[in-house]
Amino acid sequence: MAITSIKNLKEFSTVNERFEGAHLLCPGCAHSMIVRELMNATDDNLVISTNTGCLEVSTAVYPYTSWDTSWIHIGFENAASAISGAEAMYKARKKKGTLKDPDAPVKFVAFGGDGSSYDIGFQWLSGAIERGHDFTYIVLDNENYANTGGQRSSSTPIGAHTSTAQAGSHSYGKTQKKKDIVAIMAAHGAPYVAQLAPNKWKIMAKGFQKALDTEGACFINSVSPCTTEWKFDPKDTINVADLATDSLMFPIYEIIEGHELNILYRPKNIIKVEDYLGAQGRYKHLFKPENRHVIDRIQKDVDAKWEYLQRREEARV
Amino acid sequence: MAKKFDINEIEVWDGNYATSQALRQAQVDVVAAYPITPSTPIVEGYGSYVANGYVDGEFVMVESEHAAMSACVGAAASGGRVATATSSQGFALMTEVLYQASGMRQPIVLTVVNRALASPLNVRGDHADMYLGRDAGWINLDAFNAQEAYDLTLCAFRIGEHLDVRLPVMMHQDGFTTSHKAQKVNPLQDEVAYKFVGDYVPVDEMLDFSRAVTHGAQTEEDWHFEHKAKQHKALMDSRTVIDAVFADFKALTGREYKRVETYLLEDAEVAIVALGSSVETALLAAEELRKEEGIKAGVIAPRVFRPFPYDLIRDVIDSSPLKALAVMDKSSPGGAMGALFNEISAAAYTTQNRPLITNFIYGLGGRDFSVEEAKRIFKEQKAHADAGHITTPIQQFSGLRGPKLGFFETKRS
Repeated sequence: MAITSIKNLKEFSTVNERFEGAHLLCPGCAHSMIVRELMNATDDNLVISTNTGCLEVSTAVYPYTSWDTSWIHIGFENAASAISGAEAMYKARKKKGTLKDPDAPVKFVAFGGDGSSYDIGFQWLSGAIERGHDFTYIVLDNENYANTGGQRSSSTPIGAHTSTAQAGSHSYGKTQKKKDIVAIMAAHGAPYVAQLAPNKWKIMAKGFQKALDTEGACFINSVSPCTTEWKFDPKDTINVADLATDSLMFPIYEIIEGHELNILYRPKNIIKVEDYLGAQGRYKHLFKPENRHVIDRIQKDVDAKWEYLQRREEARV
Repeated sequence: MAKKFDINEIEVWDGNYATSQALRQAQVDVVAAYPITPSTPIVEGYGSYVANGYVDGEFVMVESEHAAMSACVGAAASGGRVATATSSQGFALMTEVLYQASGMRQPIVLTVVNRALASPLNVRGDHADMYLGRDAGWINLDAFNAQEAYDLTLCAFRIGEHLDVRLPVMMHQDGFTTSHKAQKVNPLQDEVAYKFVGDYVPVDEMLDFSRAVTHGAQTEEDWHFEHKAKQHKALMDSRTVIDAVFADFKALTGREYKRVETYLLEDAEVAIVALGSSVETALLAAEELRKEEGIKAGVIAPRVFRPFPYDLIRDVIDSSPLKALAVMDKSSPGGAMGALFNEISAAAYTTQNRPLITNFIYGLGGRDFSVEEAKRIFKEQKAHADAGHITTPIQQFSGLRGPKLGFFETKRS
């Protein structure tokens, strides 16, 4: 079924079903929403690689698979290299004329969590983006190593409790800021880079389409609220994502050709970060009087980032 | 269509160049690589063939050897011929993915130019990298000179891609002594070489969209053991395919390869067992000793390190009058006997003959292995043979400066 318009969520969510509902992800996990959005954003054939992580261990446990498409997993850090190899083989075989159906349209996509993208697979990601293979890399950013039980990553925001950056009598949790991977990917000169969120599903679908249709290595960082490690009720995934985007903890924007920045979502009512933080167990210690300063710091950082994004957008440089 | 390369009947090529020519003639679709001494010229060569239209392939220069092997796996799962090259630290960095490549049954050809492993940092040849990968589930072929590096690289594709095998293959040659030494090589013409290797037959490829495929699934205690057993069986069973490919190659070229090579063994009383370019050194020593001192010396050289040819080693030992063997390991053994010594001993234990076996650690970091030293080792074996027991420590270091180093005396009542 051709995707001509994206209007109705029910209709959109049922077209072109290539990701089976039977998988082992936690109830309320946003990963599957993002994956389905990606797969429903195109009618083209897909070749997908996936790093080790929640998505991979929950969707391809022998003898089952949730992937009704070409799919590969090798290791924790190398999905970007695997898709580089697949894309190179496509080019080589197209040239030689050894493809079974040389006219079949195909898109190459790699998925990783923040652990495999921001941290252990960072070099592999950087290399693939620099080489400019025609693919789209998507981070399912749940801001921790959820697959191994909730350890800190370089994407974990300051003040969050994780099992390896614990809040306690002498600590307010992680003391370092979240790594700005979107800026780093834009600095590679990637033709299309964006930060998206599954609650803003129409923007997400359009962002995915833009990335898939852009020739070269594109990068998308998507917030993926984690019911298990962020500690909220599984029914509240989209509510928490709404709080993330409306507090601007997770601003939605794109950067084209490494410089042209466009804000894709402006909340009508910007909410305070504490409304977002307060909805999650991982931040509950911040509401003790001695940790209030951390909430103030986070608000200050969020305000500054929003100011920066708006100025960058206005400047058109 | 790739341009034909002008090739003479006799060329003077070094091992690296010979290997790169074999990759070109096999018309490898994708080479994903990261340069490292001494293997760099192999992938530089492929890159130049792509740049000049001598191969219709993609040359992907990635940012590390780990990424190189990862891209090779992704490319191989996409239904085409894949190869790369590495050495030493690059091999070590690849190791995680070597296991994944074989577990995923991707018939990638890795041409390894053997080099020592740091620390201390060293660019010269020994077999530390070969030994590091020996349990990785790959077929391991070993070339002793440039001609063999060329021949065996062509054979590697045929063996690994065979539908009864479908396993990755390493083709080893010694750093510098083979890789950088220009030697006489008799290459095949392009069309003859390609016809021998044949077209690549895709299996479960990701670019056939009529059928969804999942590569690299997870298994736990319910299925992991069965998958690994099946993989091991494929590796063990590959012996018949290796023999058949070697037979085809002999029919085409007259050059004969066997899973275990033997030299002067029919009447040999003592022998050296070695890998790599040392085989030729040992053979020279054996020939001279036979003339000079009448010592019946011979050489045994596993051509295929994995699957290890226990069957043929056993047959070789039982069909000759061998009394003493020196097994040469060119890798620091790390608190054990050398790996080749262990394999040979395991095979020899099941023979009627049961020769005396000692182990030499030698050549580390490119330390030269001379004909004189090989002769000394042969003579020491002769002394064991005459005494009827081992007269030295079981493990000794050969070519080491300073006081003699040896471990484990034979217990005699």
